[in-house]
Amino acid sequence: MTHYLIIGAGSAGISAAETIRRLDAAGEITLVCAEADGYYSRPGLAYFLADEIPEQQLYPFRRQDFQRLQIRMLHAQAQQIIPQDHQVLVNDGHRLAYDRLLVATGASAVMAKLPGAELQGVVKLDNLEETRRMLRFAHKGRRAVVVGGGITALELVEGLRLRGMQVDYLLRGERYWPNVLDETESRIVEQRLKQAGVRINYQTELSEILGRGGKVVGVRTTGQGHIPCDLVGMAIGVAPCKQIGETAGLKVDKGILVDDTMLTSVPDIYAAGDVAQVYDPRLGKSIVDSLWEPARAQGRTAGTNMAGQTERYIKAVPFNVTRLAGITTTIIGSVGGRDGDPDVVGIVRGDSEGWRQVPDAMAVQSNSEVNRLRLLVGERHLVGGVVMGDQRLSGLVYQLVAREIDISSIRQNLFTPGADIETALASFIPSSGNFGRR
Amino acid sequence: MKLRDWLSADRSRRELLVEAQVVPESIRCVQCGICSFYCPINIDVRRHVWDGVPVRDGHCLTCGECVRRCPRGVLRFERSNLFENKR
Repeated sequence: MTHYLIIGAGSAGISAAETIRRLDAAGEITLVCAEADGYYSRPGLAYFLADEIPEQQLYPFRRQDFQRLQIRMLHAQAQQIIPQDHQVLVNDGHRLAYDRLLVATGASAVMAKLPGAELQGVVKLDNLEETRRMLRFAHKGRRAVVVGGGITALELVEGLRLRGMQVDYLLRGERYWPNVLDETESRIVEQRLKQAGVRINYQTELSEILGRGGKVVGVRTTGQGHIPCDLVGMAIGVAPCKQIGETAGLKVDKGILVDDTMLTSVPDIYAAGDVAQVYDPRLGKSIVDSLWEPARAQGRTAGTNMAGQTERYIKAVPFNVTRLAGITTTIIGSVGGRDGDPDVVGIVRGDSEGWRQVPDAMAVQSNSEVNRLRLLVGERHLVGGVVMGDQRLSGLVYQLVAREIDISSIRQNLFTPGADIETALASFIPSSGNFGRR
Repeated sequence: MKLRDWLSADRSRRELLVEAQVVPESIRCVQCGICSFYCPINIDVRRHVWDGVPVRDGHCLTCGECVRRCPRGVLRFERSNLFENKR
């Protein structure tokens, strides 16, 4: 009987466990989860914060699902991997033996090194426990300051505003998320935040968090000086939790390096999800993502290979859907500018390094209030796109980018001034009408 | 109306509604559970999405609450070709 050990109960760990069970009915599967809350939807924390769903809704699996899959869930902190003994040391002193090990420890939010960062009321939207703690401070009429960039910063801004707080959003630069969105897209988001009563402070940097009696009472900024507040929300980026692999001698870079079977540099040890650094054939280098669906796909590949079958993970075109200031937005392929984002350290949650690559491509776009479509058009095919608002074309754009479908026949039309991009693209919709379905 | 008549009337209404079904695009989903939470008859829509299958639950009212509430545009209506397999 094979002993499978999985460290981490996020989407990668759970999908690996499910896959292993499908292929090996008798194997022993143990999930080691450091969080007392077990498996929950981390992206769903934004909707819990915004009060769209109650906390108990965040759990996709019930107890009987784990029973059905015969997965043993162990709430403990894995401290050390001992590869030569095929064992993992956990914090209660136990050693767990494995035949195949998966490291799916994810990524965690990084904290700015600032005076006052340890004060009560300095929060991140990083896990369920922290979100609960945040809600204890997020009372109507109180004031919050949010710093950072990308999706999570905006989720904090919107969630806290929806909870009735007065929110100041600090941006170091001139606009929101500059290395993924273009200027118009940034402005659409910012405009909607302002309409919702959020104050955006441009070119403003946090220099110190001020406290009294151990609690936040305000921040000092480089720009206007001083903002009184009761809560400081931080979303400046996430870092892969690679330490446990690093100390065990696994090859690491930004994350734990894996091959296309998700195997690390050490036999019988696999890695998947936000902690894994995966080769991207399109870019010719290995990158990290912080996305739910790739993590799930990687977990599936790792599980298949751990169970003794062979499957190769081919990195898909980076793709994510999110809601920016209430507008459903899909980001596909390479869309970004080369400039960095001053609000972010490395990568943020819901982010892909792949988005930032801009190959030889020109942008075309169409606008109508909040519906916006931006396409990055290469010589023969689309290399990326941002679809804001109406999502009917996002499946099609994804397929055109992912399959590198030749669009030469409409390329000229796309660049004609006043071109109707939607109609031009429509010629690629197959008669079955379900191009976007996967 | 007798219970039996009511049930059969309800069933035929349902058969009419079943012209469309809720279909997921699973790649967009993050399992937040908003769809299941707002389903008026407690269908676990989220699980259908995780499993990559349409909501074939015969009780589905096709009310569209899950389609409308999903923040990531995962769900949409698609005509179910009931007779496709019978050709």
